[in-house]
Amino acid sequence: MTKQPTARNDLLLMAVFTLAILTMPIWAAPFGAGYPDLLQKFAIYGLFAVGFNILFGLTGYLSFGHAAFLGVGSYTAVWSFKLLSMNVIPAVIFGMMTSGLFALLIGYVSLRRSGIYFSILTLAFAQMSYNLAYSVLTPITNGETGLQLAIGDARILDNMFASEAATAIPATNLFGIEMSGYPGFYFCAALLIIGFYIALRITRSPLGTILKAIKSNQNRMNYTGLNTRPYTLTAFVISGMYAGLAGCLLAVTDPLAGAERMQWTASGEVVLMTILGGVGTLLGPVLGAGIIKYFENIFSSYNDQVLHGIFAFLPDPIENVLVAITGLFVGDGWHLTLGALFMVIVIFLPGGVIEGFTRLYSWVRAKVKQDAGGNSVNNGKSQPQSAE
Amino acid sequence: MDSFLLQILNGLDKGGAYALIALGLTLIFGTLGVVNFAHGALFMLGAFCAVSLQKLLTLSVKVKDESITFFEAYKEVPYLEQWFGQTGTTIIEYSVPLSILFSIPIMLAIGLIMERGLIKHFYKRTHAEQILVTFGLAIVLQEIIKACFGANPIPQTPPEFLTGSANLGAWLGMGDNLVYPWWRLVYLAFAGMLISAVFAFLNYTTFGMVVRAGMQDRETVELLGINIDRRFTIVFGLAAVVTGLAGVMYTPILPPDYHIGMDFLVLSFVVVVVGGMGSLRGAVAAGFLLGILQSFASMNAVKSILPGIDQIIIYLVAVIILLVRPRGLMGRKGVMEA
Repeated sequence: MTKQPTARNDLLLMAVFTLAILTMPIWAAPFGAGYPDLLQKFAIYGLFAVGFNILFGLTGYLSFGHAAFLGVGSYTAVWSFKLLSMNVIPAVIFGMMTSGLFALLIGYVSLRRSGIYFSILTLAFAQMSYNLAYSVLTPITNGETGLQLAIGDARILDNMFASEAATAIPATNLFGIEMSGYPGFYFCAALLIIGFYIALRITRSPLGTILKAIKSNQNRMNYTGLNTRPYTLTAFVISGMYAGLAGCLLAVTDPLAGAERMQWTASGEVVLMTILGGVGTLLGPVLGAGIIKYFENIFSSYNDQVLHGIFAFLPDPIENVLVAITGLFVGDGWHLTLGALFMVIVIFLPGGVIEGFTRLYSWVRAKVKQDAGGNSVNNGKSQPQSAE
Repeated sequence: MDSFLLQILNGLDKGGAYALIALGLTLIFGTLGVVNFAHGALFMLGAFCAVSLQKLLTLSVKVKDESITFFEAYKEVPYLEQWFGQTGTTIIEYSVPLSILFSIPIMLAIGLIMERGLIKHFYKRTHAEQILVTFGLAIVLQEIIKACFGANPIPQTPPEFLTGSANLGAWLGMGDNLVYPWWRLVYLAFAGMLISAVFAFLNYTTFGMVVRAGMQDRETVELLGINIDRRFTIVFGLAAVVTGLAGVMYTPILPPDYHIGMDFLVLSFVVVVVGGMGSLRGAVAAGFLLGILQSFASMNAVKSILPGIDQIIIYLVAVIILLVRPRGLMGRKGVMEA
């Protein structure tokens, strides 16, 4: 029996979430993650995963091409910086619009099939975009070099008000506040909180209920006379816009867009984030994105010297063996850890970290009850609670 | 006309690789119903079987170079050459064909271990979970290979008499423009043989008959008292061997590196979907078809009309096929239509 979420609980969730995100620079510092570059990544990929979860978590459609929307968002944002203004507002608006349109197009075609065919279709579209971005669309995407800002860019809006020509490449800004370091993080964080709130409202809305119904039995929905496609398409477009927004923010914090963002392994990464945190849960994807980006950062910075430092207290032969083994998993080998983690999670904890918490919680509660109640009637009746 | 034929040939050898990989993938899917994203990794492992055999054969010892008399010079001489002289050199030269024998037991073992160790536990799970766990496995295998062999492609050479090009045009009496590398012809023939072998095995042996029956209706076969699980496990091993051999033979054409598997994986899935999920003949036909289409799309004449078409043709065809013929070219009814 799952608990019925009440408005008060949601409010509490929102408050705790907002507080946790805003105070992140403080509490993440002891973990070695208290610097803005990494915090920005947390927020951006959190947003990406929240959006992905609206599609995958609610409707069960596994898209393997979401990175394409991320890439489109990035490119649009950089073009907006180049042509219009260094202000981030137009970039965000245009980025979401183009990625939304792109998602509408791809979704309209892909959603005609479901299951693995849908996955392959989205994958095919994403690979097409990636290949085109590298080859024919070079005038727009600047190919392998990636799209960069230049001093001589048009920047129509900026130049209208500027008194003199720029002498250096200006930074991205929000009405004068430069979007690097902590201001950049807070901008992303604000958008993450808004995005999270919208995802929460969608989940609780009638639309969310229909989407969940589609996940559990699409045939039955069709038999009851409901045309499911507009609903899945809506979810697809919304989640594409989230991905586009995340792509914009990547460009906002670092105005450079490259095609490798659209590669299908990037799509796989967001799937992994969602799975790791917990599919279909609200907090899960954010958590998963945070965990992966954190470990990516920590693990890839380790090298053999650091490892020798860590194991220095052991006798030399043991130290060398341990360093040789762990050395495989850190530094360049970070992907190995990622893959292994991926497998472990899917095999043992399909519900992700959130399910882990829920299980732990119910286990502790059962234990406490047992200790307190002795042989009371309730014993053994406590059911494991499923993640909502 | 010559260039037209050449494009077909070019397409056929790429198509041969696609067809072999897709065949393995379909075998696994058709029997076990598992969507195996680690299939590209099997291709890569096959290729690296060839690489490791070559490394093994060329293990060298330092000996004094007698031809240089001014100073102490050393040169590396493979043990094989030192022990067996000319015979050793010949063995080294034939490392790629020899790896076929070398890789069969290895790939079979890998396939069996993979199925018993991991895939077995995922029959009852959703396709999404199967995709995810095998995707994780693919990453792990790929990174292990990267840790062992480095990130650079490792070129392999075919035996010397197969290195040049065949003057096909002269044979067929069509001028001298139609030349084609020997090894690619060998690959094409090899692919054809392997594919026929698989079909013959499935169609003309009792084992194959049982497997086909199991693909049609697993429950009935089980009710007849046949241990279909064990046979399917062996089929998984066979699929791994087929894919691995495709990788072994492809090494002289494309020097293998650690992400060769991922590159082929996406394509082979597209091939399987175009051919029709669960249809072996469809997979083979679609493999060759897409290979040929791809090589036509990379002709300059086509590229000048439709720029970039060579990059997307395969995906474009897949999209169109899926929308027009949802089951693929030869898909059976009722397979994966949830």
